[in-house]
Amino acid sequence: MTDLASRVAPPRPALSDRLKFYGVWIATALTLLLLPQIFSSGGSLTTFSLVGISIIFALSYNILLGQTGMLSFGHAVYYGLGGFLAIHAINLLGANKWAIPLPLVPLIGGMAGLFLAALIGWVMTQRSGTAFAMISLGLAELVASSALILRTFFGGEAGISANRTKLFKVFGLSFGPQIQIYYLVAAWTLIAIIAMYALTRTPLGRMCNAVRDNPERVQFVGYDPHVVRYLAFCFAGFFAGIAGALAAINFEIANSAYLGAVQSGTVLFAAYIGGIGFFIGPIVGAIFVTILSLGLSDLTQVWQLYFGLFFIAVVLYAPGGITGLLMMHRPLIRAGMLSRMLPSYLIAALPTLALVTGLMLMIETIVHYTVNPHEDPYRKAFGIPFDAASPLTWAISAALIVGGFWLCRMAWARVGQTWDETLTAARAKVHAL
Amino acid sequence: MLELVVISTLNGVLYGMLLFLMASGLTVIFSMLGVLNFAHASFYMLGAFFGFQISRWFGFWPALIFAPLLAGAIGAAVERFGLRRVHRNGHVAELLFTFGLAFAIEEIVSIIWGKVPVDFRPPALLDFPAFTIFSTNYPAYKMFMLAISIVIFIGLLLVLKRTRIGLIVQAALTHPHMVGHLGHNVERIFMLVFGVGTALAAVAGVIAGPSLVTQSNMAAMLGPILFVVVVVGGLGSLPGAFIASLLIGLVQTFAVSVNGSLASVFGPLGPDLAQSWLSDIWNVTIAQIAPIMPYLLLVLILIFRPMGLLGTRET
Repeated sequence: MTDLASRVAPPRPALSDRLKFYGVWIATALTLLLLPQIFSSGGSLTTFSLVGISIIFALSYNILLGQTGMLSFGHAVYYGLGGFLAIHAINLLGANKWAIPLPLVPLIGGMAGLFLAALIGWVMTQRSGTAFAMISLGLAELVASSALILRTFFGGEAGISANRTKLFKVFGLSFGPQIQIYYLVAAWTLIAIIAMYALTRTPLGRMCNAVRDNPERVQFVGYDPHVVRYLAFCFAGFFAGIAGALAAINFEIANSAYLGAVQSGTVLFAAYIGGIGFFIGPIVGAIFVTILSLGLSDLTQVWQLYFGLFFIAVVLYAPGGITGLLMMHRPLIRAGMLSRMLPSYLIAALPTLALVTGLMLMIETIVHYTVNPHEDPYRKAFGIPFDAASPLTWAISAALIVGGFWLCRMAWARVGQTWDETLTAARAKVHAL
Repeated sequence: MLELVVISTLNGVLYGMLLFLMASGLTVIFSMLGVLNFAHASFYMLGAFFGFQISRWFGFWPALIFAPLLAGAIGAAVERFGLRRVHRNGHVAELLFTFGLAFAIEEIVSIIWGKVPVDFRPPALLDFPAFTIFSTNYPAYKMFMLAISIVIFIGLLLVLKRTRIGLIVQAALTHPHMVGHLGHNVERIFMLVFGVGTALAAVAGVIAGPSLVTQSNMAAMLGPILFVVVVVGGLGSLPGAFIASLLIGLVQTFAVSVNGSLASVFGPLGPDLAQSWLSDIWNVTIAQIAPIMPYLLLVLILIFRPMGLLGTRET
């Protein structure tokens, strides 16, 4: 009986667990606080601000995809609308000298996202799955195309700009320098992460997961899956609006690209690559994708192609995303058996690297012949120079691809085998304890 | 006025038939595999670019045959090595896979052929005005496009309704497990259907390429409209897709030729509205909102008939 009771009502977590739980948040806050002390250059401050914004955006997206099981292709609409409202609010507040400081402007953006989501969400969330995905895409196109037609509000192709320093000042902060914007973004990021984490712990958050896993049963228990999806949709719109407003504050401009398909695609990539099954997944994905897109564009002309291929590879081979891959190893770490996997990982890494290098060499060579065929064939990609015109390069590329592929198949089959054996052993060990 | 109606109807039907060429492949694929192929418009784009390249080397007529075959083969390979693999992870993973594929195809095409439109011209044989209505020359190539679309439409209907293949495909639409139990290789049927569906999209690409613009964003322009067609017609309904294609084709072409706006109709009633920020809505002409007409139609359909025009399936 006691066994049953303890399962129904989980006991209050031990002090050490609670310390660990709050410790994570405090550590996050401290990291955010100290980050600009370590990396203080203007470039890294901008990068951190962009990462923070994209973390909020990706987490808000995951309320839909990861927690409620709704695949949206148009999440940027709420982000963009939040951005536009924030810009208009800054202009209005600055012109009228109203006593609302800049740190509260993201709330206005959030309200804009919430309003739009509440307005159109009821119709959209009637269906889930594929139909919802298509409808979200259609509505996103509608809003994005309208942005180019309604020029007074959206500013046409040029967009609308604002001056964030003209607002009512608190504590003498002008929000001109990037460091102040960084702290503004960091504070909002922390608030939004905590709020969204808290949301997953509420009964509504739990019902969202239930709706994702089995809507029929939810209905049977007495909840309306449509209402649950609608509420999740509204929350996602709210947080996306906050992210959009922060982006608008950061750049001091909002244009129709904020609303467009590229923005919607990027957040989907970020959330999925990070791993939609875990709360921390979209955070990892947002950091990874933002830094990758900022860094890769310096290294190669065709970084977006690599980006797309990487996404396809994640969908094909690691549906749990980066976080999913790491979390898979938890039982092994708990049993202290991770070291058993390392040799086969190292063996598999070599041909995989060869295959990837071969593919990259091939892509860069093709790029030479199609994009700028009359330029010097001595090209440089990822900091490594090579001669795109030489048959040797082609031969190396072909050998790497064919040989790498062949060895990869064998090596990864071995990894799978070792994995099964190690996992069985680890489980046996944990059960024996 | 009559001139406008006749020309717009012709163009609308033409555009609608092109949409249907693509939507038919998409619908058949969706009905059988249960996944809406996000990259379907990308195969249309591949068809156009393959057609352009082959017609440059060997002429237009070989291109009309080989470009769809090539695109169809790529489509079949995508099903065999990609979709089949992600199938066990559910529909969302399949949709995401095709989404990533659409993104990658657009990047590859813009790397190989560049971002600016390529010079894809109609064949010399068809480069003359077919007839003249109300002093407007109507190009023969457009009639050819219409003829091909109708031929494929009738051919598809015949194959689906009259042949043994069609019987199996239709049975697999509703009872895939039963078809499997009867000894048909459902996996291979899926692969072939996917290949044929993408080849149909590529046919649309080859014949539309010379008439519309062939460039690397043509898939991104048309893809969303394609999904509007499928949702408006009713998910999985081929006749629904046909009606929705024609409807959208006609609505869009007629809208382009109408120059009216709210201001021109109600202008005398609310002159002060023209001054506020509502002036955009007030002054925008119907021709200007033609590109968003399909999406407005989508919203209306969602509100008044969520299952689509001829749809029966609630998903």
